[in-house]
Amino acid sequence: MKVTGSQLVAEILLEHGVDTVFGYPGGTALNLYDVLYEYRDKIKHVLTAHEQGAAHAADGYYRATGRTGVVFATSGPGATNLVTGIATAFMDSIPMIAITANVPDSLIGRDAFQEICITGVTLPITKHSFFVNRIEDLENAIRQAFRIANSGRKGPVLIDITKDVTAATIDYKKGKPLPLREKPEAKDEEVAEIAEMINQAERPVIYFGGGVAASDAGDELNQLLEKADIPATYTLMAAGILGYENKRNLGLIGMHGSIAANRAVDRADLLIALGCRFSDRVALNPNKFARKAKKVQVDIDKSEINKNVLVDKSVISDVKDFLQKLLPLITKKDHAEWVAQSTEWKKKTGDVKCQDAELHPSEIVTAVCDLTDKETIYVTDVGQHQMWAAQYLMHDRTKDFITSGGLGTMGFGYGAAIGAQIGCPEKRVIHFTGDGSFHMNLNEACTAVSENLPIITIIMNNRVLGMVYQWQTSFYGRRYSATTPGRKTDFPKLAEAFGAKGFSASTPTEFEDVFKKALQEKGPVWIDCAIAAEERVLPMIPGGGTVEDMIIG
Amino acid sequence: MDKVLKKEVISILVDNQAGVLGRVVSLFGRRGFNIDSLTVSATNDAEISRITIVFNGTEQALHQILTQTEKLEVVRDIFTLDAGNSLYRELLLVKIKCDKNDRSALREIIEIYRAKIIDLSKDSMIVELTGAPEKLDGFMDMVTCYDVAEVCRTGITGIERGIQQKGR
Repeated sequence: MKVTGSQLVAEILLEHGVDTVFGYPGGTALNLYDVLYEYRDKIKHVLTAHEQGAAHAADGYYRATGRTGVVFATSGPGATNLVTGIATAFMDSIPMIAITANVPDSLIGRDAFQEICITGVTLPITKHSFFVNRIEDLENAIRQAFRIANSGRKGPVLIDITKDVTAATIDYKKGKPLPLREKPEAKDEEVAEIAEMINQAERPVIYFGGGVAASDAGDELNQLLEKADIPATYTLMAAGILGYENKRNLGLIGMHGSIAANRAVDRADLLIALGCRFSDRVALNPNKFARKAKKVQVDIDKSEINKNVLVDKSVISDVKDFLQKLLPLITKKDHAEWVAQSTEWKKKTGDVKCQDAELHPSEIVTAVCDLTDKETIYVTDVGQHQMWAAQYLMHDRTKDFITSGGLGTMGFGYGAAIGAQIGCPEKRVIHFTGDGSFHMNLNEACTAVSENLPIITIIMNNRVLGMVYQWQTSFYGRRYSATTPGRKTDFPKLAEAFGAKGFSASTPTEFEDVFKKALQEKGPVWIDCAIAAEERVLPMIPGGGTVEDMIIG
Repeated sequence: MDKVLKKEVISILVDNQAGVLGRVVSLFGRRGFNIDSLTVSATNDAEISRITIVFNGTEQALHQILTQTEKLEVVRDIFTLDAGNSLYRELLLVKIKCDKNDRSALREIIEIYRAKIIDLSKDSMIVELTGAPEKLDGFMDMVTCYDVAEVCRTGITGIERGIQQKGR
């Protein structure tokens, strides 16, 4: 059948099971949007306030559902507004298809109105990109984009289509998604060697990251922990995979990781790194990280091996495939003493209370945890509240903690929460944010209202830019440069102005009370929680430090 | 960490399409890969171009440049050339200021190196020399005592001996 370029886009999206897209229209995207109108029964378009919110929504949609998020934008500013959202997805290895329209091919390169070379702008932050100025190339570009985004280590792909191509016509025959590229496979002898190392180890520790979430290897990981009796610590990208109550769960690793996790890694004789990349927020001092341990690294991306920390043994494999091969070779072990020692350290991670504040971050997070059911999705912005959420949430599923890890994008939260709630209407989305992060993208409240999404936004409001403020307190002699903005934003009133519901709380009882009310609401709710500016995220290892430099209280 | 520097010649086979060099160069720039030279050339397959890079760095840096570059969609294959079993060539063009007094002495050097004078005027000459990079270095060393006005080197290109073909 004859279709236009825009219809071709819609048809191929449908072939890939896409029923929801996020975006914002504009001049060069008119043909694409005209087709979205035509296909409105099959493809739901969610209009955001800003393209950045749409990109974060597509990202959050994937993280909550496992279905590739798609975002549309027009040329020029529409496309450049996607940049932070694409970069966030890139740093966290999240598949995303960004479709931008560009000016007609006849105007390309002439600085036409709203012309930007977005493939050039996004070169360092996409897994790949396509510039399509011939209708014959469009079908292959979209199919390849889905394949590339989801094969191997996942990531965002951008397709920039000139406006003339969106209107041109071509023959189209219904097809199928391209098969994903074959995954690299671990050799049997490699696996056997590592099994032997694990069987021999006296003080083994597993350190795992986003790769475990990406390959859905939570079950296999838990089996390994139990069979070989190994304690485990995780990065921010893997929070929620181990049950909080699991006695082998050492908690978060790294800069704001638990004492237990950082000590155990420091003392281990074998470190098994699964789907993680020894980032500077984990291996703060790469030369001294796990200094007594033999290191084994398993990752699907070859370039991650020996990138930041040199390892003794490496395997290029999907974590799940690797663990499935490994498990039968593991002898049942008892490291009771080692695990008990780790648990002992765990106990020392007490809640950090600040005398001056009436409502403490830990109390907020704990109350949310207690009052929500197991199907809840937690989304965070970036900063102190993000770390508190990671530290205190007692959650236990792979896809229920959505956060910007690698890029650390303030303003990520609301867009991502919208994407998650759209993707999972049967679940409740709780969005933790700070007054700093929230001011960046709170405009997406209008989207939450238009879509009537029951997202509960918990604003940990300390009236300062808390994380930077904390560093200035600890390392810059309390010289609070640009972190005390003196804002007078009345969040409950602002929520009402957007057409949402607003509450405030300044004591634990008040919080519990309004949170219960919020749970009864059918649309978006904001809860403004007054916390003290002096609250710090602890423990903390300063950049470049080791476990010995840990600030505890 | 291993700090021993090693010189390697890397051959990259890439799709012959617009923007490919930009992707490779952007990657090197953002990852801080330092390279000595880079050449792009056609191959016997119209769809594939060859990028030849001379890289000076540690084993770890070499691993990074190989594995990161390999991830680019446009890269069909990437490999280091086996130094003992490969031939490298580079082209040099050099403009030397000289009058009739210097000419015969220069011609002697040019002859020894089997270089060619491809342009001659009253007060200058342009010399062309092709060969292994070391030969070009040696020639340049010999002519530095003259007044060298401009130098242009292409960077090296290289190929392995034997019929076994690397690359897909």
